[in-house]
Amino acid sequence: MYVAVKGGERAIDNAHAWLAEERRGDVAIPDLSVAQIREQMALAVNRVMAEGSLYDPDLAALAIKQARGDLIEAIFLIRAYRTTLPRFGSSLPVDTGAMACERRISATFKDLPGGQVLGPTFDYTHRLLDFMLAAGGTVPEAPKATADPAPVPHVMSFLNREGLIAQENDDGTPAPDLTREPLELPATRALRLQALTRGDEGFVLGMAYSTQRGYARNHAFVGELRIGTVPVEMEIPELGFVIEIGEVTLTECETVNQFTGSKTEPAQFTRGYGLVFGQTERKAISMALVDRALRWEELGEDDQGAPAQDAEFVLYHCDNIQATGFLEHIKLPHYVDFQSELELVRKLRRDAGAVDQQEMVE
Amino acid sequence: MTDYNFAYLDEQTKRMIRRAILKGLAIPGYQVPFASREMPMPYGWGTGGVQVSAAVLTPEDTLKVIDQGADDTTNAVSIRRFFERTAQVAVTTVTAEATVIQTRHRIPEEQMREGQILVYQVPIPEPLRFLEPRETETRKMHALEEYGLMHVKLYEDISRHGHIATAYAYPVKVADRYVMDPSPIPKFDNPKMDMAAIQLFGAGREQRIYALPPHTPVVSLDFEDYPFTASKADHPCGLCDAQDSYLDEVIVDDAGARMFVCSDTDYCTGRQVEGYRGTNNKEGAA
Repeated sequence: MYVAVKGGERAIDNAHAWLAEERRGDVAIPDLSVAQIREQMALAVNRVMAEGSLYDPDLAALAIKQARGDLIEAIFLIRAYRTTLPRFGSSLPVDTGAMACERRISATFKDLPGGQVLGPTFDYTHRLLDFMLAAGGTVPEAPKATADPAPVPHVMSFLNREGLIAQENDDGTPAPDLTREPLELPATRALRLQALTRGDEGFVLGMAYSTQRGYARNHAFVGELRIGTVPVEMEIPELGFVIEIGEVTLTECETVNQFTGSKTEPAQFTRGYGLVFGQTERKAISMALVDRALRWEELGEDDQGAPAQDAEFVLYHCDNIQATGFLEHIKLPHYVDFQSELELVRKLRRDAGAVDQQEMVE
Repeated sequence: MTDYNFAYLDEQTKRMIRRAILKGLAIPGYQVPFASREMPMPYGWGTGGVQVSAAVLTPEDTLKVIDQGADDTTNAVSIRRFFERTAQVAVTTVTAEATVIQTRHRIPEEQMREGQILVYQVPIPEPLRFLEPRETETRKMHALEEYGLMHVKLYEDISRHGHIATAYAYPVKVADRYVMDPSPIPKFDNPKMDMAAIQLFGAGREQRIYALPPHTPVVSLDFEDYPFTASKADHPCGLCDAQDSYLDEVIVDDAGARMFVCSDTDYCTGRQVEGYRGTNNKEGAA
């Protein structure tokens, strides 16, 4: 006899217990510490902080451990935690011009004030598996130099002086908050940038790549890419002055893009902008390209119908937590909907004279 | 879970959601944008319904959670547990005892009464979405009451198939103004929406809330010569012999034999307790 399925509760408990065991893996292998993840999986930690929109390397490392290395799952854990945190204020805008740079390169000028600093990059490494790592060898100390105390001005400021690059003006409108207001279109550039910086790295990369391949090509040069730490300052109303509350690592990318000018504007370069938590340069460059593509309207360019030009398409689909949730929800039971479809299809087939004789076995 | 506020969300967020709900009730069927929060369950798994429930729950409430009509489906269990942990409210599986019922894909068979709130989980709140993918366009269409596209779609179904080929999430017109998505309930449930309880619809990922105050006229879209019909499998329930309930089809052996059972488990159990027996139920109450 058929008995209606019971035991969802027990199934869930058992599944969770099994998951916990699987997460730990073979207990003969030492447990991975959160500090180890934070120090040795730093780029994964950075991605989780960036897309989780929460700057906390320890929590991000914990989330990665809990998520068994599934970064989208880790980002989800961080987002769900972040949303419960109280807001006690906003920081002042960080000054990336005063960044203590670990890496700073320009693809548009061979040399420039502040110099080219490669920093800790995979660029120019040969992608050969290093079996020494498997053997657990120690790492020789990297050579050190003393930091140059000279300022490292933004590359764009040089172009600015000549009026060769479009000036971006801050009209003083407070930045919107995507996490506190529903996304409504048309979205301002500030809001678009906010969505992109926490958007899925793969999605933003794919969109950026599509612009390079001709879907709204805007021919970007990396005017500047810089990675380093900036102080975060906050004005405390009770004190009446500004204090530094901490430091974050950021990756900033400014692209210089071709622009031939229009009826109203003389020929000049335009820019795309990317700013992301942590050392996340693939994301920051991608973000800058997509930002530039989305600016077609304000710059008087043609709508080529390219995906990367379509703000509604990009903004509604770049969030991997929304995307993964909705995608995976089709695992949930849909008996009721499916049943109603079954009846409909049977009815349509009956009407079409294609009665399935096997249909009603009881 | 003592670190979290009653029903998980902080009071500011609840206030924001309650405002959206009130606006929704004031304009039945209108989709109110709200600043949906990330919840500790995935988008698409009921986060809209959970946020609405969290905003309306009081400590005195009794909560029932169903998915596909059943209290025991895994996601219903998970959501019920969430509120047991974060709100310590009483829970029940009995429709009549509940003051708040969160549901996915069904309306309970038992008639809803005044004082109850039915909270629907909504995946895609926009009934015009599959005709027009752009939110900027569909909002305009609602504003102008421009629903011709929907009628053309229904007409095309009839000319192509002889029937309107929508079996669930069948569009309705509310209070003679807004075309609304009833969430993916089977069209069998559509006529029940004109009810005494408050109906609230939460779409978390899409950041929309909409609502129906009690006794709001809800009309399933149709044509005079092709009137709407609520359909279900043409069988009685194999367990409780109900003739009037929506049925799930269950495959019971390798030869593909089937039986039909109530999708509303509480309704089915209640009838069996009252002594009703279906043809597949010879061994007494399940």
